[in-house]
Amino acid sequence: MSAEQSTRSSASKVPLWRLPAFRAIVFQVLLVLGILAFGYYLLSNTLQNMEQRGITTGFGFLSNEAGFGILQSLIPYDETYSYGRTFLVGLLNTLLVAVLGIFFATMLGFFIGIARLSPNWLVARLATAYIEIFRNIPLLLQIMFWYFAVLRPLPLPRQSLSVGDAVFLNNRGLFIPKPVAEDGFWLVGLAFVVAVLAVIGIARWARRRQNATGAQFPTASAGLALLVGVPLLVYWLSGSPLHWDYPVLGGFNFSGGLEVIPELAALTLALSIYTAAFIAEAVRSGIMAVSHGQTEAAYALGLRPRVTLKLVVIPQAMRVIIPQLTSQYLNLTKNSSLATAIGYPDLVNVFAGTTLNQTGQAVEVIAMTMAVYLSISLAISMFMNWYNKRNQLIER
Amino acid sequence: MKARFGIGLGAVLALTGVAHAGATLDAVKNKGFVQCGVSTGLPGFSAADDKGAFTGIDVDMCRGVAAAIFGDADKVKYSPLTAKERFTALQSGEIDMLPRNTTWTYTRDSSLGLNFTGVNYYDGQGFLVTKNLGVKSALEMDGASFCIQAGTTTELNLADYFRTNGMKYTPITFDTSDQTIKAFEAGRCDALTSDQSQLYALRIKLQDPNSAMVLPEVISKEPLGPVVRQGDDEWFNIVRWTLFAMINGEELGVSSTNVDEMKAKSTDPNVRRLLGLEGVKGEWMGLPDEWGYNIVKLVGNYGEVFERNVGEGSALGISRGLNALWSKGGIQYAPPIR
Repeated sequence: MSAEQSTRSSASKVPLWRLPAFRAIVFQVLLVLGILAFGYYLLSNTLQNMEQRGITTGFGFLSNEAGFGILQSLIPYDETYSYGRTFLVGLLNTLLVAVLGIFFATMLGFFIGIARLSPNWLVARLATAYIEIFRNIPLLLQIMFWYFAVLRPLPLPRQSLSVGDAVFLNNRGLFIPKPVAEDGFWLVGLAFVVAVLAVIGIARWARRRQNATGAQFPTASAGLALLVGVPLLVYWLSGSPLHWDYPVLGGFNFSGGLEVIPELAALTLALSIYTAAFIAEAVRSGIMAVSHGQTEAAYALGLRPRVTLKLVVIPQAMRVIIPQLTSQYLNLTKNSSLATAIGYPDLVNVFAGTTLNQTGQAVEVIAMTMAVYLSISLAISMFMNWYNKRNQLIER
Repeated sequence: MKARFGIGLGAVLALTGVAHAGATLDAVKNKGFVQCGVSTGLPGFSAADDKGAFTGIDVDMCRGVAAAIFGDADKVKYSPLTAKERFTALQSGEIDMLPRNTTWTYTRDSSLGLNFTGVNYYDGQGFLVTKNLGVKSALEMDGASFCIQAGTTTELNLADYFRTNGMKYTPITFDTSDQTIKAFEAGRCDALTSDQSQLYALRIKLQDPNSAMVLPEVISKEPLGPVVRQGDDEWFNIVRWTLFAMINGEELGVSSTNVDEMKAKSTDPNVRRLLGLEGVKGEWMGLPDEWGYNIVKLVGNYGEVFERNVGEGSALGISRGLNALWSKGGIQYAPPIR
């Protein structure tokens, strides 16, 4: 008791500035204040300089009328919409190509990565060649290659390649019939939702049953049958509430239907192929990180090679693959800004390009664009980290 | 892409630096050359020839300014810029002047912190189409696709024109004029639209220039001129009067070939003032008195510059039209040097 008192009183006699804990806090506060002051200096100085030079500042321009057209828009847009709207149009186009790219790159990457480990000599060498070629050519060149390689050989609109007068391909893009929902189509949608819920239920039940009795249930094929069959049945029963809007050649090009512009095709192709090469290597490293003893043990238990891959190797490999996969997804998203080279109207082309130039407000536009890429990347990162945590080895 | 952000970020950083008031001329004299922003390659306006030397009507503006300041037209360094990069480069101080076939508009003059010094080429927007498309007028092009250079007045004019005429169009925008002509040649678009002078310049880049033609319509006014930063009146005057000296030179019949003779013999006070022999002082702009003589001697008068780069004798073969002197049916007109 007295000893404790004496240490406390002696501690209180030590000057405050000699306490390590106190000093640590002071220095950190000073550092933060310094950084804030520097940031404030940069900001105020920029604003002052721009004012001095007569450059308009602020975000008021976002509500001004844009007055220029955009090649592809997922939301309604024409020249009379605002600059703020061009931001959204560009952002959605960026997200579209990023999502498509991530999907195809992952599919292709896993396929090539596994193929590279194949015992088949030819398949393994082909996969190696693919990786070495596409990984080592600059992405910009690949985008240009696909753009001009895809464009040049295709015919003009009037000589389009067509499949059954419904699907047309020419150098302006790919035109396919667009499904248009009529009244009552919501029933089909509802049926689909019900089917999804049913499949989830069945999967849970099948797992419980297998855990309890060891008997297996063909969940995959049953689920597929439900997902396709139920909506189809409802669609037929409710009298086919859907018609197709066919593309029609009129004047210079096709109108109606769904259009895939060649810029989108070339960009998706280049991004997927390029990133897939890196993903393939990540997959290979992941699989090779799983010790061979695991596979042998699985075989010894009588598991077939496919099941071994699915239940033993891949779940363990994922722990190595996911962090690398995250980087590749981030790269792909950021690389999508190369779109500007071939005129795909992504965020950089539309917003940090035309809008920046027409308004002249470089600081605001570039800041917004950087903030968007940062947010998208952080969002992907957060999701992948969450997924990674779920897949981590839980040590007991 | 990286370059694009580089420029943007560069601008941000440059704008955060401490602004020094005026004195572009002092800075130019100190470094010994004029840093000039030009296009990434537009024959007749600014393009590098096979020896790597830049030529063109815009390049001659830079050379004129260098001649006026240094008495040496070669003291120029060029920064090739895309349409999207040009204003940021000028605002941030990366270049001293921007003669880059840039259209003088209200927005640019009043909200970008820039000033247009004059008009060195009166232009208008037109359309380039392939001959086998069978189109005779832009009004027949409802629903067509157009290749455009991003960040230009062209984008806005096209939208206005089609909206006014109640027609639809598809714009495909590229960074450089080279990319637009490549996409046009690949058949990605039905027409390429740009300033008419550029259409002639781009047409000669086609593998078969005769396969394409320029439609007769001109849908906009495009006065192109050199741009400088706002807030340095001295520098503004130098660039503006370099152009005026060229135009006055043509009007007075003074050319690079006869300027020495005129200097020795002419008794016309207008000529003598242009050549710095009497009346006016170069030091009012911080220049030597023979600044006008140097411009005409080393670069030429406006007529010579026009003919050499874009005129009927050049590869582009454009007639003077609006760009003839006011006394010869055009609208090129310069205030007198007195």
